Amino acid sequence: MIRFVDVHKSYRVDGRDIPALQPFSLEIADGEVFGIIGLSGAGKSTLIRLINLLERPSGGSIFINDVEMTALAEPALRAQRRKIGMIFQHFNLLASQTVADNVAFPMRLAGERDPAVLRARVDELLARVGLTAHANKYPSQLSGGQKQRVGIARALANRPSILLCDEATSALDPQTTASVLDLLAEINRELKLTIVLITHEMDVVRRVCDRVAVLDAGVIVERGAVADVFLHPQHATTKRFVNEALPEEAASELAPFAQVPGRILRLSFRGDTTLTPALGRVARETGIDFNILAGRIDRIKDLPYGQLTLAMQGAGVDTALVALREAGIEIEELSR
Amino acid sequence: MNMLQTLFPNIDDWGEIGHACIDTLLMLGGSLLLTILIGLPLGVLLYLTGKGQLRPMPKLYAVTSLLVNILRSVPFIILMIVLMPVTYFLVGTKLGIRGAIPPLVIGAAPFFARLVETALREVQQGVIEASQAMGASLWQIVRHVLLPEARGGLFAGVTVTAIALVGYTAMGGAIGSGGLGDLAYRYGYLSYKSDYMLVTVALLIVLVQLLQMIGDRIVTRYKRS
Repeated sequence: MIRFVDVHKSYRVDGRDIPALQPFSLEIADGEVFGIIGLSGAGKSTLIRLINLLERPSGGSIFINDVEMTALAEPALRAQRRKIGMIFQHFNLLASQTVADNVAFPMRLAGERDPAVLRARVDELLARVGLTAHANKYPSQLSGGQKQRVGIARALANRPSILLCDEATSALDPQTTASVLDLLAEINRELKLTIVLITHEMDVVRRVCDRVAVLDAGVIVERGAVADVFLHPQHATTKRFVNEALPEEAASELAPFAQVPGRILRLSFRGDTTLTPALGRVARETGIDFNILAGRIDRIKDLPYGQLTLAMQGAGVDTALVALREAGIEIEELSR
Repeated sequence: MNMLQTLFPNIDDWGEIGHACIDTLLMLGGSLLLTILIGLPLGVLLYLTGKGQLRPMPKLYAVTSLLVNILRSVPFIILMIVLMPVTYFLVGTKLGIRGAIPPLVIGAAPFFARLVETALREVQQGVIEASQAMGASLWQIVRHVLLPEARGGLFAGVTVTAIALVGYTAMGGAIGSGGLGDLAYRYGYLSYKSDYMLVTVALLIVLVQLLQMIGDRIVTRYKRS
């Protein structure tokens, strides 16, 4: 478990303290994929670097599995860092070393010398990330997605319990992003690895994260299960991120529903409710009429969800809403 | 042989030129080796203690930097003369190859150290951060990240330094260090035997060309990015 207790961080610039992160506490559970989303300058890269103490907090404590990281001396800190893998936006591979040597690098740093051990582990890691054929190439000969796969193999070399992803897909095209995210999800599932990732794309959060914290100007403005935050964003910044991920939804929010007759409602389905014909049944039973204005059905990580914006008419609307809520559908009233 | 005599009437002992060549190469080799041995750690120190680097130490950096700048701003010929007592103390003579090496090294090491500092600054900050995140110690970062990643720039620095040293050894000739510069100065300048001057200059040009070619070849080989 990663635990931040009353942590804050400010930078000293020209004798003045510039706050980067306002005091916050946060817990990240073992085995979860935790996303931190924010615009650039919101403090998310500072936050992720606090975990392995690449940045030292100005106050507060950071614990990893009950080891107080902030209290460790340099050698003990280095030993802890070996158990935390990290991947980067710009990959940060050693240009002078082959793919295999890059992957072996953290093991060599940790004192592993036996070439047979190193080779076996490198082969295993390269097989996991699908780069077996590229072992003897140099990073400059690889594509961006391949470089990030080398980064992931390298980060896993010392069998860490935590993987930190610093904008790991921000420099990649959408298809490569999807395949790298799939790989991260697979690693999380199979190795029971805790993953903390920072991003400015809600889509990344939606695809792989279990929980998310939204960071705005150094403050965590919203946090919770991705489905909750995604379907019912509260803070303006969160809404903006969600709307970016759902452009058609954003358009419908702005659409002139004033002339549409009836009550404008947003229905959210998650998990099993997505798969039941509740809306049709309730409409039949209560005699209401509905008009679908916007909607989508997709997945949040492994959870199917649907969201429909409806205009509902008829005498039985209130009864219908009660029945829909009973069927497990979340309803928000957008107008009237 | 006859043709050589017609072209260079004043040169009666080609063996002397051969010896001078060997002396120049010995001075160059010896001083280059020592320059690297001293300049490389000095350059690493400058890099590490610089502002915003891995071990920022403003005072140490300022002092080292000033010392390097002073040594670099003194013209080499003056430096040689000023250093004579030091040279005598270090190697027991002010003359010959042995007498030439201390001033050559003291003149070239600060120059090389700056080139090392510049080459190391070219290493991407992200790569250093990644190795810190992997739990690398400062020594491991220097040994396994900074030096290998900067090796293209480092070899380029060695090449430039070697060529500068060729020039310095020739200047050393003026105060009795031997080598091609000595020949050019004694025969070519003091005795007006311009053919000596021509031959030695030609040989120096060949030497510099060779160094540059070898250097370029190594740099190209190790440049990957």
